[in-house]
Amino acid sequence: MLDIDDVSWSAGATRILYEVTAAVPRGSLVGLLGPNGSGKTTLVRAVAGLLRPARGRVTLGEDDVAQQPRAVIARRIALLAQHADTDLDLTVTDVVLLGRFPHRRSRWSDGSDDHEIVERALRRVDLDGLAHRKWQTLSGGERQRAQLARALAQEPELLLLDEPTNHLDIGHQLQLLSLVRRSGVTTLAALHDLNLATMFCDSVVVLDQGRVVAAGEPAKVLTPALLSDVYGVNAEILDHDGRPVIVYRRPPA
Amino acid sequence: MWTVVAGHLGLTEPSVPLLRDHIVWQLRLPRALGAAVVGAGLAVTGAVMQTVTRNSLADPYLLGVSSGAALGAVGVIVLGLAHGVAALTAGAFLGALLAFGVVVALAGGSSPTRVVLAGVAIGQLCAAVTSFVVIWAAEPHATQSITFWLSGSLARVDWTALAWASATLAATLGVVLLKARALNAFAFGEEAAASLGVDVGRVRWLLLVTTALLTAVLVAISGAIGFVGLIIPHAVRFLTGPDHRRVLPVVALAGAIFLVWVDTAARTVFEPRELPVGVLTAILGVPAFAFLLRRGGTR
Repeated sequence: MLDIDDVSWSAGATRILYEVTAAVPRGSLVGLLGPNGSGKTTLVRAVAGLLRPARGRVTLGEDDVAQQPRAVIARRIALLAQHADTDLDLTVTDVVLLGRFPHRRSRWSDGSDDHEIVERALRRVDLDGLAHRKWQTLSGGERQRAQLARALAQEPELLLLDEPTNHLDIGHQLQLLSLVRRSGVTTLAALHDLNLATMFCDSVVVLDQGRVVAAGEPAKVLTPALLSDVYGVNAEILDHDGRPVIVYRRPPA
Repeated sequence: MWTVVAGHLGLTEPSVPLLRDHIVWQLRLPRALGAAVVGAGLAVTGAVMQTVTRNSLADPYLLGVSSGAALGAVGVIVLGLAHGVAALTAGAFLGALLAFGVVVALAGGSSPTRVVLAGVAIGQLCAAVTSFVVIWAAEPHATQSITFWLSGSLARVDWTALAWASATLAATLGVVLLKARALNAFAFGEEAAASLGVDVGRVRWLLLVTTALLTAVLVAISGAIGFVGLIIPHAVRFLTGPDHRRVLPVVALAGAIFLVWVDTAARTVFEPRELPVGVLTAILGVPAFAFLLRRGGTR
């Protein structure tokens, strides 16, 4: 459903993305892997229409994302960033209601079904008990779940996650990704933790220095040779009931 | 007073001595209405700037816009280009835009703290250049007006100035209210607003240019009055919550009431001497500023 076709992008003279091609089929969760600086975040931004590829194109369904107005993209693609914060005194409901902004029919009033959609989004992330809590009082895990509810309230065709579990403990990392999985929305997720990727992703795309170096099923892609090439780590892949588990060896001192 | 107003509106026969009539109609009334318009405008501008720059310390005075406008206005006077509100406003507008452009360029859209640092620096620079220009010109008229521009006063508001300011305020209010929901989408920053479908570049440009224009008109009639744009939006958000659809109208009303009240105090507390109203707003505003700063407002 999402096709990234031959996308290149440079920041000044530095090449960040180089002829990247990848696809996210409808209903699947695709992991975007690669070391720091490999271009994951830039690719996510290009898919979100926040930057325009210098070459190539990103198509969602039949439409070139770069050609669509911002408001149209926001009705079809929702972005969950690494970290979101605000100084404003917002409640959880206020935050999730932001997801209805692209669907507004009036410049002034909320739509009649907006509050219903917000309540449903909160139930989908198990936050319905905290609807009236203030953002400032939420834990990191609750904040990311509230942002996920906001993204779901956008009723997107595609969910983009940019390392959404970076600031969470392992329990909340697992919880957030299983909520994403449970939502059933087609998802492209930039991830750092390879074991989370093998646990939740249908397929993975590995970036290294802006190029796609491997793509496919996690079990086939994540080999000791690839991890050594891309991440420079010495790792062993164990088989745990058919799911690969990556175990790292300590580098020589 | 009501007899004077009624007389001018043709409701009753003029029945008040001419001097008193003149004081009320030519001095007091435009001044009070001017205070209301300036207060409302500064407060709305502050509220919009705080949201767009994501900085709770933003206000036209702190970000150097007021000082830039004052410099532009003084420049127009000193160069003897023209007189009257239109020329002053044009000079003030150029000064305001230039100052704000430099602040944005210096801060590079990076951290909110740098925006304020850049604003304070540019504000100081504009004030220094204003002083320099005035001394260099050594023109009595200009020298006399420096205090006025730098500390703010409503004593010079007349009906023409009031008409200009009211029209600009009304237009600006219209624009910002249309963008109230888009402003709400800025809560988690520009990138988040863009991913929610806000055309961030266009909205920010529109709002900053409109509010800079309003600031320029306000400075042209009242000088640089500080801290109204800082205190009022925070006090109002405390009451209304953060939704701009409620915040903006209430901010306008509260700013108007606040400045009428403070200007009356500035005029009467030390009678027969008069305090520049900007001095009084600073006396009230600095503690509020310190409070916000301590609460971690620069985050």
